Amino acid sequence: MARKLLLTHIDVPGIEGFEVYRQQGGYRAVEKAVKTMTPDDVVEEVKKSGLRGRGGAGFPTGMKWSFLAKPEGVARYLVCNADESEPGTFKDRYLMTKIPHALIEGMIVSSYALGANTSYIYVRGEMMPQIRILEKAIAEAKAAGFLGKNILGKGYDLEIYVQPGGGAYICGEETALLESLEGKRGNPRIKPPFPAVAGLYGCPTVVNNVESIAATVPIINDGGEEYAKIGIERSTGTKLISASGNLVKPGVYEIELGLPVEEFIYSDEYCGGIANGKRLKAVVAGGSSVPILPANLVFKTANGENRLMTYESLADGGFQTGTMMGSGGFIAYDEDQCIVRNTWNFTRFYHHESCGQCSPCREGTGWMEKVLHNIESGKGSMEEIDLLWDIQRKIEGNTICPLGDAAAWPVAAAIRHFRDEFEWHITHPEEAQKRNFGLAHYAEPRQPVV
Amino acid sequence: MAEEKFRVTIDGIPVDVTPGTTILNAAREIGGDIVPPAMCYYSKLEGSGGKCRTCLVKVSKGSEKDPRPMPKLVASCRTTVMDGMEVQNITSPEVVEARKGVVEMLLINHPLDCPICDQAGECKLQDLSYEHGAEQTRYKFPRRTFERIDIGDKIQLHMNRCILCYRCVYVANQLTDQREHGIISRGDHAEISTFIEKALDNDFIGNVIDVCPVGALTDKTFRFKNRVWFTKPVDAHRDCPTCSGKVTLWYKGADVLRVTGRKDAYNEVEDFICNTCRFDTKQTQDWILEEPTKIDKDSVITANHYNSFNPPAVIEQDLVLQAANEEQLERTERLK
Repeated sequence: MARKLLLTHIDVPGIEGFEVYRQQGGYRAVEKAVKTMTPDDVVEEVKKSGLRGRGGAGFPTGMKWSFLAKPEGVARYLVCNADESEPGTFKDRYLMTKIPHALIEGMIVSSYALGANTSYIYVRGEMMPQIRILEKAIAEAKAAGFLGKNILGKGYDLEIYVQPGGGAYICGEETALLESLEGKRGNPRIKPPFPAVAGLYGCPTVVNNVESIAATVPIINDGGEEYAKIGIERSTGTKLISASGNLVKPGVYEIELGLPVEEFIYSDEYCGGIANGKRLKAVVAGGSSVPILPANLVFKTANGENRLMTYESLADGGFQTGTMMGSGGFIAYDEDQCIVRNTWNFTRFYHHESCGQCSPCREGTGWMEKVLHNIESGKGSMEEIDLLWDIQRKIEGNTICPLGDAAAWPVAAAIRHFRDEFEWHITHPEEAQKRNFGLAHYAEPRQPVV
Repeated sequence: MAEEKFRVTIDGIPVDVTPGTTILNAAREIGGDIVPPAMCYYSKLEGSGGKCRTCLVKVSKGSEKDPRPMPKLVASCRTTVMDGMEVQNITSPEVVEARKGVVEMLLINHPLDCPICDQAGECKLQDLSYEHGAEQTRYKFPRRTFERIDIGDKIQLHMNRCILCYRCVYVANQLTDQREHGIISRGDHAEISTFIEKALDNDFIGNVIDVCPVGALTDKTFRFKNRVWFTKPVDAHRDCPTCSGKVTLWYKGADVLRVTGRKDAYNEVEDFICNTCRFDTKQTQDWILEEPTKIDKDSVITANHYNSFNPPAVIEQDLVLQAANEEQLERTERLK
């Protein structure tokens, strides 16, 4: 059985309450940090752990913390990004629902490390039950003396506030989140300045994902070096994966980084194989914005090595034959699924969620959606595949925030790996309305496309 | 001691600028074709820029200290220069390609109703698509449409033409007391609006017309009166209690058809003017005339105007064309 750090006590009845969480060893990290460590010690421990941001980009958390500007007399803020809205990702919601104190404890430890006296949890607006759960947990922690003035008698003050968002995907982008938190329209800011220098209300701010913050608890409890022993190379520790799609057992799993993808899909400990005895067609490994991979590249990289659940191995081969760890939204497609329809659906999402601030994303996402809808409904033409390729290329990298890239990558990868399926939709418009393409005749992955 | 200067090279042309200058402004100091186009940046509006992405440039060398190139194209209007920075604008095929893409994106939902648009002739989007756009659109779907809205009795908003540059939002935020004008909705459904179509009532709100790069915000006292290239701009001033009173009057014959702020080479007004000057003082006797407004010789507005004549290159060698041109010029002199 693999080691679990975040979900160890997930099955204990009543773990969402303070009493049970405390009995299971909760809030030890706060005691250890506040009583025996300096804030810099905590940052050092997190650096040693090699923890990488769990929200998608995989930036080392400890390094992010050390970039925080610390001018005299200026408040610093920690903001927890709980605006989880990537299609296919639902790990943070699970964590907040089942074991909210893990997040609160992590918030206290992280705020202590950064010297923040006010911290915010920005929760996506649709997650009303989770907002109530978190508020209850904060009240319990406060009653027990772990929050508020003079925590554990050591003179450190901290208040945590839960702020519901309006349910916009763009507010998961850190600067749009800060704008929204300030009560403005959630448009991403133009960087630089980065939040570490001028973030919330113009003060130095760190924005971290829910899972990254919760992961600081085992790091402080057991030490950063112990945490770094789990995993492979620069992918250390455990990661929550939200598995969905045509799997026997979809759900949230905590894995040790370095687990082979094949084992994750087929082992009974995890997803238990493809549902209904079908064959695997494709996998989206890290939430809707990462490139989709065809089955022949899921288990083995283009070099013939086993593909592992690590930041490096999933990205092996670049965008030509690889993908990204992303936020851990693992979606499996069986042979009955239509890639064109799926790509259209993703693009529809990005069109709906584009903030409309910069031109390529505002106009391009809508254009791609319309073209894909055309192809999907049997009205497309061959030129439109090339047109799609061209549109996504003109969006990618030319926008203010990564939403443009996130909208472009799935389209690029779908065309790159499943071009024959797009072509079949165009050459067989009537048939495409009645049945799906089935397993693709996978193209040689290293051949350049278009 | 001399002030510290950063040396930045844009398309091979070096220029020394004060630290904190953006790449776009450094390019404007050099001038000419290497200046990136800007649809949303407006030097007089704080926080503007970065949105339209037409000013994208490639930074091929970050600085003297850190010579690494920047990984992506950057918005030149919001990126400050570093010492020793090297920038490629029109010399980079990547930039030209990306800019063409942006122009195409800007135009897919634009109605292209230039023949009936008051902005035609002084529209930055027209210039931009003429210079960087493709001759044909590849977009074959219905364009988004909106109803026309009257913002007060002097300004009309035609959202169909809007490219969401946010300039008017910054004007309303920075020149007026309350925030009452902004963007609602998201993505390509986003629109400029006021809360429940409330009329904007402020002495300086007319400036949203001047800052609009396209024909989305138009002056109702001028709408459909005339094409701009048939009118003659003249700089004038008056003693105005509210604003600087320095304006450009647009004449057709003896009538002042409209009044705008004075615009510089990059189409930015020099001073924001008040609504009284703009909408209510349209008699020559209200103004002290100065001189004909200098208009860029490439602009359609200079056609048949007072400025000195720049003969096109083709007639330099051709005696027949030169003679014909002389004759034409003499006639124009008489007409003047």
